[in-house]
Amino acid sequence: MRPDQQQKQQQQGIDVAVLVSIGRHPTTGRARRAEQDARGLELALSMEAELPGTRISMLHAGPQGDGSEAALRGYLGMATGVGMGLESMTLLEQPEGSDAIPALAAHLAATSPQLVITGARAERGEGSGLLPYALAEHLGWPLVNSLASVEKVENGVVTLLQALPRGQRRRLKVRLPAIISVDEAAPAARQSAFGPARRATFAITPTTPEADSELAQWHLAPARKRPKRLKIVKAASARDRFKAAASKAEGKGGQVLTDVTPEQGAEAIYKLLKEEEVLR
Amino acid sequence: MSEIIRRDPRREWIARNRLHPEHASVLAALGVSGGAVSEWLGPNGVVRKDPRAIGFIGPNGIKRIDRSGLQQGGQTTATTTSARDSRRMVTIDQPAFLVAVVPDLTGGRLSGHDKDLLGLARRVADADTEQPGAVVAILFGEHKEEALGEAGIDRVVHLDDEFYAGFAPEARLAALSAVEREMTPRFWLLPDSPLGGADLGRRLAVRLGERAATGVWQIEADNEAPRGWRCTARGGAGSLDIQRPLPRVALALAECAEPVDETRHAAEHLTLAASLPTTLSRIEDLGQVAVDPAGVALAEAEFILSGGNGIKQWDAFHHAAKVLGATEGASRVAVDDGFMARDRQVGATGTWVTARVYMAVGISGAIQHLQGIQRCDKVVAINLDPGCDMIKRADLAVIGDSAQILAALVAMVEQQRGGQRDAA
Repeated sequence: MRPDQQQKQQQQGIDVAVLVSIGRHPTTGRARRAEQDARGLELALSMEAELPGTRISMLHAGPQGDGSEAALRGYLGMATGVGMGLESMTLLEQPEGSDAIPALAAHLAATSPQLVITGARAERGEGSGLLPYALAEHLGWPLVNSLASVEKVENGVVTLLQALPRGQRRRLKVRLPAIISVDEAAPAARQSAFGPARRATFAITPTTPEADSELAQWHLAPARKRPKRLKIVKAASARDRFKAAASKAEGKGGQVLTDVTPEQGAEAIYKLLKEEEVLR
Repeated sequence: MSEIIRRDPRREWIARNRLHPEHASVLAALGVSGGAVSEWLGPNGVVRKDPRAIGFIGPNGIKRIDRSGLQQGGQTTATTTSARDSRRMVTIDQPAFLVAVVPDLTGGRLSGHDKDLLGLARRVADADTEQPGAVVAILFGEHKEEALGEAGIDRVVHLDDEFYAGFAPEARLAALSAVEREMTPRFWLLPDSPLGGADLGRRLAVRLGERAATGVWQIEADNEAPRGWRCTARGGAGSLDIQRPLPRVALALAECAEPVDETRHAAEHLTLAASLPTTLSRIEDLGQVAVDPAGVALAEAEFILSGGNGIKQWDAFHHAAKVLGATEGASRVAVDDGFMARDRQVGATGTWVTARVYMAVGISGAIQHLQGIQRCDKVVAINLDPGCDMIKRADLAVIGDSAQILAALVAMVEQQRGGQRDAA
């Protein structure tokens, strides 16, 4: 590929849809922009900065009201400058307690963006984190969870970094269109600015709501503190119970190498490290 | 031979006299192994006891008597007491139903979370003692676990083809769908953990058309529920408790149930009848990316090289950490002396670490430090003092000069890497 052609490819950009929800402040319980969804939008905005021509559309399914509008304007205030990205967002209007999945799936199938970014789970309601998976199954698109960053987009293939536990990263190549979900590993969201948030508008689209009847039957209560697991000692004799209560925890007979040369000792350690696969 | 018991009063006398020079040999001749017997049947059928032969001399030189039955008279230490395996063996030949469990199997071993989940599966399977169900574990990749049955597994489906390695949700999902078609388990239980269970479980639930319960931390029997169980699940980012009937697919949190420890199970291997279709994956795994180990938070680092007072050459220590690709930690002494930063301190006053491999170099193991490494899987200790507490905690301990051993280890790793590069 010649350089100017490559330039053109990169200039093209892609359509990105960001799904946002209404969050809940962990201590006050007020509506706010959801932490993970804001990170998803941040990811989309950084993609737009790197890949000019990227179009971001924001999508929310839920009721229209003062409380939710204030929270949603939190996302709209993340615009980077005049004429950049988020001057409006699409609101799929449906009453409280409706299932968001059919509405979102229908809208995404109609608009067909190339990349859909969501948070891993909602902060209100069920919050099971099933929505991205259900959408992926509905649309038949691949899904990558726990994203850390988007490296590049080329020829309909996106290269991603996935966050693994223990601070590790994995590089993946995914064919577009795809759904990616972000959690705490993605870069933190920028502050929301008041002015752009006020000026932005909502494009309200009515939907045919489907009530979430299953959720309505469940019993929801504020989270109880989970009982701490007790150290249960199943000992037959008083001596065992006393030992379990009084003695220091000891390793179960580890191997001790005495009187070995440093090389032999190092070899034993090397073998263990190899077995545990911590050496790369 | 006549049936008359012949007595040798002299030998009996020697056997009773612990101070006699021939005492040991006479005891051996009488067929008593090791030391004095405390109890024997006398010639008239009366049980005779020697109170002096009971017990052992404790570490302080004081005689101790242990009445738990573990200690036999005359034996000096408790080292010969072998823990008897008192667990009940359970085999379920004709299970009424199946409970499928897909453990994470991090590093090839069942994690604590996996064992809790298997405990939960056992609870569900054994609820009806007349018609017990069987727990099927579906294991992906190679595993190093020898005692799968002891964790409560009745059947094992082991899939260790190479296309399940790494991030292969589509291949794994295809395998689970095949299991679903062939065995149709009544419940699917997966760990709700970021190590892969949370992702795979949600994919499976959506594929099966079930609305999974996620973050389950408690289940209780409920006759009104369609499957006989009700569960309590965390929802709304941990702010809600949702009570609902237990669906077919459930993703459970850690400590959702007690791990199995009273029974042993068969862990019989099963193979899938139908060969699995090779799916064309739209996600290509390019492998793990090298991450700067110094940038990884100490609390979640996988491999920690920790230094203490026994280290004299800190440059060599830093070099070793770099070559091994380990995150650096330190004991309190090393931090107080200014060799390491405060945020690298491991222990009760520093960071509680969860490493899979923790290498303690020149750390004797103060109790605060040992508390901090409670949750580490494997501990390697290099120390000069063979009697220190860290050696007792360690799975592998090498007694010797830490600088030399580290240097040898670094040389070995560099040599191996060099060899690999030449070959490649």
